[in-house]
Amino acid sequence: MLRIILSRLFQTVIVVFLLVTFTFFAVRAIPGNPFAAEKATSPEEQAALEAYYGLDKPLPIQYLNYWKNISKGDFGDSLAMKGRKVSTLISEAFPVSLKLGLLSLLLGMIIGMPLGIIAALFHNRWQDYSAMVIAMAGICIVAFVLGPIFQLSIAKPLSLLNVAGWQRSSDILLPSITLCFGVAAYLARLTRGGMLDVLSQDYIRTARAKGVPTLQIISRHALRPALMPAVTFLGPAFAAIITGSFVVETIFLVPGMGQHFVLGITSKDYNLVLGLVLFYGILMGIANLLSDIALIFMDPKLRNS
Amino acid sequence: MASSVNPASSPSSESPPVEKGSSLWTDAFFRLKKNKLAMLGGIIVILILILCFIVAPILALTGLNANAQDLSNRFAPIGEGQGGLGTDQLGRDLLMRVLEGGQISLLVAILATLMTVTLGIIYGGIAGYVGGRIGNAMMRIVDGLLAMPFLIIVILFREIISGHVDELARFFIDVWGWSSDSVLRFANLIPLTIAIAGFGWLSMGRIVRSAAASLSQQEFVEAARSLGLSHQRILFRHILPNMLGPVIIYATLTIPSFILYEATLSFIGLGIEPPNSSWGKLIQEGANFMETNLTVLAIPAVLFSLTLFAFNFLGDGLRDALDPRASKD
Repeated sequence: MLRIILSRLFQTVIVVFLLVTFTFFAVRAIPGNPFAAEKATSPEEQAALEAYYGLDKPLPIQYLNYWKNISKGDFGDSLAMKGRKVSTLISEAFPVSLKLGLLSLLLGMIIGMPLGIIAALFHNRWQDYSAMVIAMAGICIVAFVLGPIFQLSIAKPLSLLNVAGWQRSSDILLPSITLCFGVAAYLARLTRGGMLDVLSQDYIRTARAKGVPTLQIISRHALRPALMPAVTFLGPAFAAIITGSFVVETIFLVPGMGQHFVLGITSKDYNLVLGLVLFYGILMGIANLLSDIALIFMDPKLRNS
Repeated sequence: MASSVNPASSPSSESPPVEKGSSLWTDAFFRLKKNKLAMLGGIIVILILILCFIVAPILALTGLNANAQDLSNRFAPIGEGQGGLGTDQLGRDLLMRVLEGGQISLLVAILATLMTVTLGIIYGGIAGYVGGRIGNAMMRIVDGLLAMPFLIIVILFREIISGHVDELARFFIDVWGWSSDSVLRFANLIPLTIAIAGFGWLSMGRIVRSAAASLSQQEFVEAARSLGLSHQRILFRHILPNMLGPVIIYATLTIPSFILYEATLSFIGLGIEPPNSSWGKLIQEGANFMETNLTVLAIPAVLFSLTLFAFNFLGDGLRDALDPRASKD
């Protein structure tokens, strides 16, 4: 168990290092200059700005300086939003994205896993086919189609919910419902696959032969191993949904991390993009670690190795 | 002498007619034909391809134009407008807009998938056939890249390429005197296509590698080797044809996921740039005006979702047909 966790940590460190290195040179390779867009900056002013942010130094020096600052916990200043620190921006946006991500993940689990179990239990019958068509709909009718539909059909006529924005506590509902369908769809397919695998195992047949009731077979014997593919998926999905909800954040004007990333790219805010990517890499490592630990508890073979 | 004793052993008119063997592909096609959802998906895919790449150019020849604005005729409802599907917020013909948008979406996805297949077969094939330490090291690199967040990397990659492609396009226009419209229209697709394919081929590489690795262990490859066939001949005549199945399945399922990536990036404004437009861009514009006129959103959204459905059902069907063991049925 300790070995699995250590190897996951090692892998995370390498991935984060490569990710930050790639991003560092990639954002600087994007044609253009972070200060060129500003109004009426003379070449001297631009040079002064570059010197202030340390962008006039040679690339390797900048790169070393970045890691030096990171080791002190300093993510640097935002280049586009003057006077704001990247760490402040992230610490404001992260709770928003976290809440949205957790709720939609939870909704996705509540919808997707039972759907997958039902599909597997009624394998090749109409319940199975309809569950899988619903799951396919969740994959194909994507967030940027669903979001506007919800805005128009739920938020407008009911007038209980805001169409967009992040002022009231109920504003989390529509974006998370929009996001949860994709998660639910993948979870349903993975759960169905896992369940079918398990149900064809010998020990399930033994249990059936002993006359154990179906519900008990599922809850006692089949459920835990059957959910393992879904749990493996949950780790990366959690990280992706937190930072990757660019689309939903754009539609519902959610002040989360995805918006900062898109703005950071378009305004060439090197420090903001790098900070977000670094944060994302660490988050992804933690999420994968959590799903590893969950798998260890679910699978006795892994626990004892 | 023996022949006169036992007439039954002679291969004369008595022998039963030779059963014509059914190949893997005819078997697979038979199974696919029985899968109604997959066949429906296949038909829809073909129809959409015909609409976007044959009907749309013909309509364009008859004078329909996706970019001709008519501000006196904005938001015309379905049934009006030149194409019969109404007009958008600038009075442009919606039918032509959605078909030409589809051209771009499909072109990006199909080109990127072709690149993915090529890269995946070369890289995965070499890693699987060579095997050993080199093959493993090659796969470690793929694993490392797969652990990166896909969309973030693709966005960064596209930003870097697009500046250079613009320079290249301007070079063609200035130096060789190519028509600037068509060059710029095509140049606009390239960065996005390369960026998606540049990181999208990794899973294909993995699939090809595992197929090549297991194939190169099998007896018929060993036989080919012991006959002294060259590596090249073994790879192209024996290994490659035998892994077409998984490659076709995965490529069919890659197209809808690439259509989706393209649309997502265009929706958030980091994909296709105006004056070009793709389904993602059309849906984004449509969402802005949906309260005035729903068709502007509905038509591209329906066509887009339908395309994803069709490709996914076809891909799932192909998987069930070509690889019955892999599908859990």
